Amino acid sequence: MATTRKKPERMQSSVFSKTRSGISGLDEITLGGLPSGRPTLICGEPGSGKTLFSIEFLVKGALDYDEPGVFMAFEEKADELRTNVASLGFDLEKLEKDKKIRIDYVHIDRSEIEETGEYDLEGLFIRLGHAIDSIGAKRVALDTIENLFSGLNNEGILRAEIRRLFQFLKSKGVTAIITGERGEKSLTRQGLEEYVSDCVILLDHRVVNQISTRILRIIKYRGSVHGTNEYPFLIDDEGISVLPVTSLELNKEVSLESIASGIPALDKMLGFRGFYKGSSILVSGTAGTGKTSVAATFADAACKRKERCLFFAFEESPKQIIRNMNSIGLNMQRHVDKGFLEFYASRPTLYGLEMHLVAIHKAIKKFKPDVVVLDPITNLISIGSVSEVKTMLVRLIDFLQAEQITVMFTALALNNTITEQTDEGVSSLVDAWLMIRDIDSNGERNRGLYIMKSRGMKHSNQIREFVITDRGLDLVDVFLTEDGVLTGSARKARMLLEQTGEVIHAQAISRKDRELARKRKVLESKIDSLRSEYESAEEELNKVYVEEALKKQVMGETLSKMTDLRRADISEDKKITVKKSKK
Amino acid sequence: MGKIYELRLYVAGKTTKSVVALENLKRICEEHLKGKYSIEVIDLLEKPQLAEGDQILAIPTLVKKVPEPVRKIIGDLSNVEKVLVGLDIRPISTD
Repeated sequence: MATTRKKPERMQSSVFSKTRSGISGLDEITLGGLPSGRPTLICGEPGSGKTLFSIEFLVKGALDYDEPGVFMAFEEKADELRTNVASLGFDLEKLEKDKKIRIDYVHIDRSEIEETGEYDLEGLFIRLGHAIDSIGAKRVALDTIENLFSGLNNEGILRAEIRRLFQFLKSKGVTAIITGERGEKSLTRQGLEEYVSDCVILLDHRVVNQISTRILRIIKYRGSVHGTNEYPFLIDDEGISVLPVTSLELNKEVSLESIASGIPALDKMLGFRGFYKGSSILVSGTAGTGKTSVAATFADAACKRKERCLFFAFEESPKQIIRNMNSIGLNMQRHVDKGFLEFYASRPTLYGLEMHLVAIHKAIKKFKPDVVVLDPITNLISIGSVSEVKTMLVRLIDFLQAEQITVMFTALALNNTITEQTDEGVSSLVDAWLMIRDIDSNGERNRGLYIMKSRGMKHSNQIREFVITDRGLDLVDVFLTEDGVLTGSARKARMLLEQTGEVIHAQAISRKDRELARKRKVLESKIDSLRSEYESAEEELNKVYVEEALKKQVMGETLSKMTDLRRADISEDKKITVKKSKK
Repeated sequence: MGKIYELRLYVAGKTTKSVVALENLKRICEEHLKGKYSIEVIDLLEKPQLAEGDQILAIPTLVKKVPEPVRKIIGDLSNVEKVLVGLDIRPISTD
């Protein structure tokens, strides 16, 4: 509810203008509001919300658009009315004091009244006219004029006077709401009001599978186009909210920004980026595969980035989720305390599908989250058929994309085989689809995660083992062997085995190395000894040579000495003698 | 029957119906309530705020406040029998 006071916005149209009703969603369907200065008929069965509709029209007019209103009650007394609408947060008493709203209770008691001869309802007109003039009313609600028929007998006069009443309202220039009980064959009991009204809105409720859904339909709107569908609406502690039309065109703005999933390994699988902002992500898997944990991690990551997250829980209570997520190291309570995270828990069977959509819309409009989690959508199927759930989700995704809100759904897959469709049939709608499945082997159950699709993103095609630890979620590469994919303890065992193998292998290698070193040492020492042997042999050889040379030298010297001694008689033959003796 | 009948006739301007109603009322009162009645004519065009107090819808309306119970007779009072029954002057005939 807008608290700021706005000037009444009127549609720029040469034909006629529209008055914003202020009822959430209705102005979108009517493309601007109710016809200004003309009467609108609201008809429906008892309990369909007619009185509330008309009261809210007046209150919103008084509060938001500065248009005072007159409420003429034919059914409830003013006091009853005040009490009844106080539960919706409307303080009629204060508005009356401020001369914003005037309530006039018209009491008709057949036992008090005797009719004789001709009369008209000028008295009623005068009262209404006086009430309008006294506060300068722009809006009028009459609830329910057909009560006149139960109080007065002369139907001919009444019908004529009601026609005159509509003319009177038009001449007063007030935007009026007239409520009427639905008749058997016509929209109203008298079959009159719908013809003289410029706009007719039917309120109804439908019960399917014991769940009631309120619906609203615009039956006629003179001189204007309008939505013709049935629109679900909700009455809660803030009045009426009509689900606005979701645009049927596919021309949404898209974002290139990406946001992390909260699981770094998963972001890596998505090309280090995570999901696109404003996209829709489906996490599906069989029971107990950790879908909620994925969703909670995603929410946690968003809150850590100081983004706002709205968590719709259809299965567990918020406290349960917070407790359970503590076990994997997610402290969600602090996000709740800081106001980044809000839970919205409701049982799917609480109300109809459309109603859930309205409620979700409302909650989103109010909280303005960046990220929305729905956990799980599977439970919605208990209150509607597959096609209904799909329609609802299409509209929800449409809405969220228009608001650039990233949404994560979780869905329970009932069978363990990979199906091309989820049970809700939403797989074709979402932008990214993570599948968690059980991998059953070696007497244990492990989780495998893979990305079924991720639009507009390179992504890994591998199955990763999805492990839930005390410190959060992680993805581990699985072991591929000739026997298939190994997970869990089999993977660990295999890893252990390979590690052992490596150690043994390393051991073996080092032994060989040492052997070689030793051999080398032996050889080297052999080489050394050979070398020293060689050196000694060489020395021996050298010794012989030197001795020989020395001998020669010594002999030469001795010979020359002897020659010198016989020098006197020998002169010429000396040399020859020496030569001979040498020989 | 010593009670005084306080009668109010609500009209809106001098319309034919109003004039006829007032004439009829005066005639009936003279015939049946001589000396025991007072008639106040209220023109709602002049005093519209009075319409709410007596819960006036139709014009003309004759309101009998005293003696109790409060009764209203709407219309131009052309049916004397009905007016007399409405004013509790004559019990409802059984035929």
